[in-house]
Amino acid sequence: MDVAAPAHWTLLEVLRYRMGLTGSKQGCDKGDCGACTVLVDGRPELSCLTLAALAEGKQITTIEGLMPAHVAAGGEGADPVQDAFDRCGALQCGFCQPGMMLSARALLNGNACPTKGEIKDALSGNLCRCTGYTQIIQAVELAVAEAAGVEPVSPAWAPHENPWRSNGTAPANETTER
Amino acid sequence: MLRLPKFEIARPTSIDEVVALLSEHGDDAQIIAGGTDLVPNMKHELFTPKVVVSIADVPDIAGVRVESDGTLAIGAMTTLHDVASDERVRSIAPALGHATALISGPQLRRMGTLGGNVMLDTRCQWYNQTHFWRKSLGYCLKKDGTVCHVVQSGQKCVAAASNDSAPALMTLDATLVFHGTDGRRELPIDDLWRADGIYNKHVSGELLTEIRIPATPRGHRGAYEKLRDRDSIDFPLLGVAARVDWDDAGDRVARAEVCLVALQARPVRLKKVAELLVGKQRASAELDGAIEASAERAYKQCRPLPNIPGDHEYRHEMAPVFVRRALRACVRASENASDAAGV
Repeated sequence: MDVAAPAHWTLLEVLRYRMGLTGSKQGCDKGDCGACTVLVDGRPELSCLTLAALAEGKQITTIEGLMPAHVAAGGEGADPVQDAFDRCGALQCGFCQPGMMLSARALLNGNACPTKGEIKDALSGNLCRCTGYTQIIQAVELAVAEAAGVEPVSPAWAPHENPWRSNGTAPANETTER
Repeated sequence: MLRLPKFEIARPTSIDEVVALLSEHGDDAQIIAGGTDLVPNMKHELFTPKVVVSIADVPDIAGVRVESDGTLAIGAMTTLHDVASDERVRSIAPALGHATALISGPQLRRMGTLGGNVMLDTRCQWYNQTHFWRKSLGYCLKKDGTVCHVVQSGQKCVAAASNDSAPALMTLDATLVFHGTDGRRELPIDDLWRADGIYNKHVSGELLTEIRIPATPRGHRGAYEKLRDRDSIDFPLLGVAARVDWDDAGDRVARAEVCLVALQARPVRLKKVAELLVGKQRASAELDGAIEASAERAYKQCRPLPNIPGDHEYRHEMAPVFVRRALRACVRASENASDAAGV
């Protein structure tokens, strides 16, 4: 896609104010918070510190592009990471979510079965001020478990249970309507 | 919302073109590699270049290679992520592997480069702020003002070197390759620094293209320990790189180095701290005692200032703790590596 913008505009400004793609958030705007994370040729990078002109010719994936990419690859509905964040309640205000989910997607693209430590490392550049991270990490673990076809780790508030009903273990209406 | 001041972007495709642009525009030009230090600084109006010179299209200045004599040559444009995850770096220069893995967070390590971290601007809590913030204070010595808010009546800027890679590269005797109008030159990393927070380097108008680390001996061990509030994103409140080389027989310390960063304008080499370890027997009470003595001496030798965030007295108390940790990490690594082949 071709977009015209002044030389001193960042990639984030072009995405939000030229293309109307407001999914990438403008948080600190100086590289601390991770809310503006996008995938640049598949790598998670910060669009607030990327000069738009220097991103020319690169493939940029924003949160808006996750579901279309999933569908194009033969999947149904939202990206499994988005679906898991939804079911785990891994958000309150939602501001950090696009960046969180893109960092998680980049991790899973390179490592289908990460450990909890690897998940924490991969998300360590994204700040969340509401949820306390627990459900966020659970959501990534859920996406990993379901992709691998195994039971997810039970959360502390529901020991020995799978409150998210991984696909196939519960009636369809319970999976979709919590 | 922080807007960038206006500038033009140049995209040279060779080292010579970069050098020509730097020479033509002088102080009005700034090199951009990963942009993770420059872009926030431009947003804060600490730098207002007319021309931003991207070196992304310059060939052959990214990547890691090991030369026939064992020298580890790292292109300045190699991202911190690629340095940190390179097996050759982790075995030949473990301290650099540790240090680069701890720089900032995952996204910035994929953008930021090793050359950029070496050339990082010094940092201070009175300097790394928006223009509005700095103006309301009457500016400071480092930028636009005449007063230092760290050292009252201070005549010299004390902004802190905050690059994690610097002390690690110093323990590794790294050499930096610069290209300027006079051609190519190599500079030992210790000779890069000067004790001036406004600009703590002896080079300007030159392009850093490569970081060269001479082959390390079989018994080489290295480690980097970093103090910061969060285990990600933050710059160091204190950084300690350590090196312990065992002798050929593998039972005595042949060489030791301790270098610190985030104290003053330049990274510091604590020669007298490290030499306490030399000649000490592996896994002995004498070596343990020497590590303790090194930590105590480091406490006496460093004087953190209230230049960067974090209580400076706390940073002082943590200096011996982190020197001890870094040295112990070196010693411990040797006990695990039975074949003395690396890591």
